[in-house]
Amino acid sequence: MKSSERYSSPAIALHWLIAGLIIATFIAGLLVSGLPLSPAKFKYIAWHKWAGITILALVAVRLLVRLLKRPPALPAHMNGLERLLAHGGHLALYLLMFAVPLTGWLMSSAYGFPVVLFKLVQLPDLVAQNEQLAATLKTVHETLNWIMAACVAGHVLAAIKHHVIDKDGMLYRMSLRGPRE
Amino acid sequence: MKQLRLIPAALLLVAPLLQAAPLDTGKSQINFTMKQLNVPVTGNFKKFSGTVVLDLKKPEAGKADISIDTASISLPTAEAVGEAKKADWFNVAKFPSARFVSSSIKNLGGGKLQVAGKLTIKGNTRDVTAPFTARQEGALTVVEGVLPVSRLAYKIGEGDWADTGTVADEVQIKFKVAIPAGK
Repeated sequence: MKSSERYSSPAIALHWLIAGLIIATFIAGLLVSGLPLSPAKFKYIAWHKWAGITILALVAVRLLVRLLKRPPALPAHMNGLERLLAHGGHLALYLLMFAVPLTGWLMSSAYGFPVVLFKLVQLPDLVAQNEQLAATLKTVHETLNWIMAACVAGHVLAAIKHHVIDKDGMLYRMSLRGPRE
Repeated sequence: MKQLRLIPAALLLVAPLLQAAPLDTGKSQINFTMKQLNVPVTGNFKKFSGTVVLDLKKPEAGKADISIDTASISLPTAEAVGEAKKADWFNVAKFPSARFVSSSIKNLGGGKLQVAGKLTIKGNTRDVTAPFTARQEGALTVVEGVLPVSRLAYKIGEGDWADTGTVADEVQIKFKVAIPAGK
């Protein structure tokens, strides 16, 4: 596999950084939502929000990188349906990577708990305070998270299929290190 | 119009004889903003009552005595309201009301005034001062100001909640009090 068939270095770095952050933020969100009110919960919620906004910013950069530097072509052996699934899956992941943090930000605004990034920068409220709307947005945020979790699972399974069944070396396109010569 | 303008002047003469006017609670507000990890969170008290006397021509003679129903606290979520009523916070079961009684009002000039008095919350009484402005809105005298208080001075947020790294000690109490003209 030639290096030209790999994603660009910024795309690879962003992929893994965002992947790590998404998993950590997802698990944190899941754990925090069940906690009773406490100072610790306030802290975890703040960290969860900071991580979410960081993901949103990184995803924007990543989209820009992708638009400037096209990803390598899909392996030639993939048929039409597989190509459709691959592109559809990636499109869904990109949409969700924007929608999940945005709905989190929206629900924070609606609850009347603005986002103050890293305790320093207060982000503008996207909607006015409204507890009912907040509850709806919370449900949307959670539902989108589970859809994203399903998409991520599909993404990982597809990568494993390429590596183990197709043995097409596709994993190297996104690995932090290239294949051994 | 001329007659209306004369009313406050006439009032001034009989002010010591008058009972203080109960404030117009529908047009008054007591809001507060606290910071949780620098996130401003605003709430308010829906029920309060009291009497305020304030003649803009002679503000130094003014007086205020306001009681707040602590159980009427409102915060962004029902969960937060439930928490605020507990013993660690306002302990509304034991301390159903908070009270502010003025001791003096100073004219700072330039349309600015300052009230000093005693604020009692959760059984703790502290001296406080707050700058405010006052204006006439029809028959109402509208007073607006901000009173910064230390929540820990009143033991608001005890136990784990005393941690100011999570919930800052300073709370801004914003008040808008509408005082009807006396009879």
